[in-house]
Amino acid sequence: MNPRRKQRLMAFSAVILVVGGAIGLMLYALGQNIDLFYTPTELVEGKDGVKPQVGQRLRIGGMVVPGSVKRVDDSLAVSFDLMDTGPIVTVSYQGILPDLFREGQGIVATGTLTAANHIEAEEVLAKHDEEYMPPELAEAMKGIKHVKPSEAGYGNKG
Amino acid sequence: MWKWLHPYAKTERAFALCSKLLPWCWGGAALGLTIGLIWGLAFAPADYQQGDSFRIIYLHVPSAILSMGAYSGMAIAAFIGLVWQIRSADMAVAAIAPVGAVVTFVALFTGAAWGKPMWGTWWVWDARLTSELILLFLYLGVMALYQSFEDKQQGAKAAGILALVGVVNLPIIHYSVEWWNTLHQGATITKFGKPSIAPEMLWPLLISIVGLGLLVAALSLYRLQSEMIRREMHRPWVQAMYTQQEGQ
Repeated sequence: MNPRRKQRLMAFSAVILVVGGAIGLMLYALGQNIDLFYTPTELVEGKDGVKPQVGQRLRIGGMVVPGSVKRVDDSLAVSFDLMDTGPIVTVSYQGILPDLFREGQGIVATGTLTAANHIEAEEVLAKHDEEYMPPELAEAMKGIKHVKPSEAGYGNKG
Repeated sequence: MWKWLHPYAKTERAFALCSKLLPWCWGGAALGLTIGLIWGLAFAPADYQQGDSFRIIYLHVPSAILSMGAYSGMAIAAFIGLVWQIRSADMAVAAIAPVGAVVTFVALFTGAAWGKPMWGTWWVWDARLTSELILLFLYLGVMALYQSFEDKQQGAKAAGILALVGVVNLPIIHYSVEWWNTLHQGATITKFGKPSIAPEMLWPLLISIVGLGLLVAALSLYRLQSEMIRREMHRPWVQAMYTQQEGQ
């Protein structure tokens, strides 16, 4: 390799390393701010020593606690509990739930913190995992049979 | 070690290589996409959770993987073009960028169409979706820079530097779902360990990925040939090629 090429090779490699390092440090500094949502544990116990304030708008993500979904007969109002590993947070919501909303499903809700562990949600999104399999296999492997929320009939209706 | 590569620095040799590879790429792409998509969209079993809606995976995952694959290819070409100043490599950057941009757009669009029924929203500013959108902007930036200089050498240099700098976005896209909590789920097949998808669903997906990969390669090579002709219109080898064709 002639010296000029070698010089260019060094120069461009250096550019990539420096820019890569700079962006890496930036992302590291932004760190947790890139997270889409708080987990129930972070909400109740604080994240990096900072607890969300009551009245703050935020997103919460967690698993719907089985048996906690309560519906009101004459409106779309619904409330349910979310958990990850410890504390439980209650979410109230008025509106149509996504198709994938089920007990035991991961969901992300956007709303306002009205008490230390209560959120008034404006939007509820369902998360799904990265596993794909036919229904028969899912039933055999996990013993779960998934049903649409409209056919589930839990809460007051059941 | 790299001596065998040197002849391809000459545009006409690279052009001939493209002509040789192109039929294989077109053929493989047609075969792979036909088998993969028909198998996936019509015959693979429905998902236990998402039902038939999950079938959009056969468009979404191949285009998402190829959006990053095409970018890697473009960045390698940019690096070769900048360091060794090989003109065909510069042209390859210009040839791949629009193809990659379209594939990235398809990934974003199918992702949105999948997100609406499953998650309940078209778009959310989580780390995976945002970084993929940045990838689309990087492609558009490379295209714009390449075109915005009167002197093509200058344009290729500027576009090449942007393409190289943008490489840092690739690991961010891939690991975004692990580093931060996101609405997008984790990796199904592009991870170490067993893919978390049933085999009868996995095979058509892999075939579609190979098929789309070959389609991206074919489109890029085709565009590369056009770019070579456009930029070397007055060189003897192009002239010779056309007089030969007319003579036939």
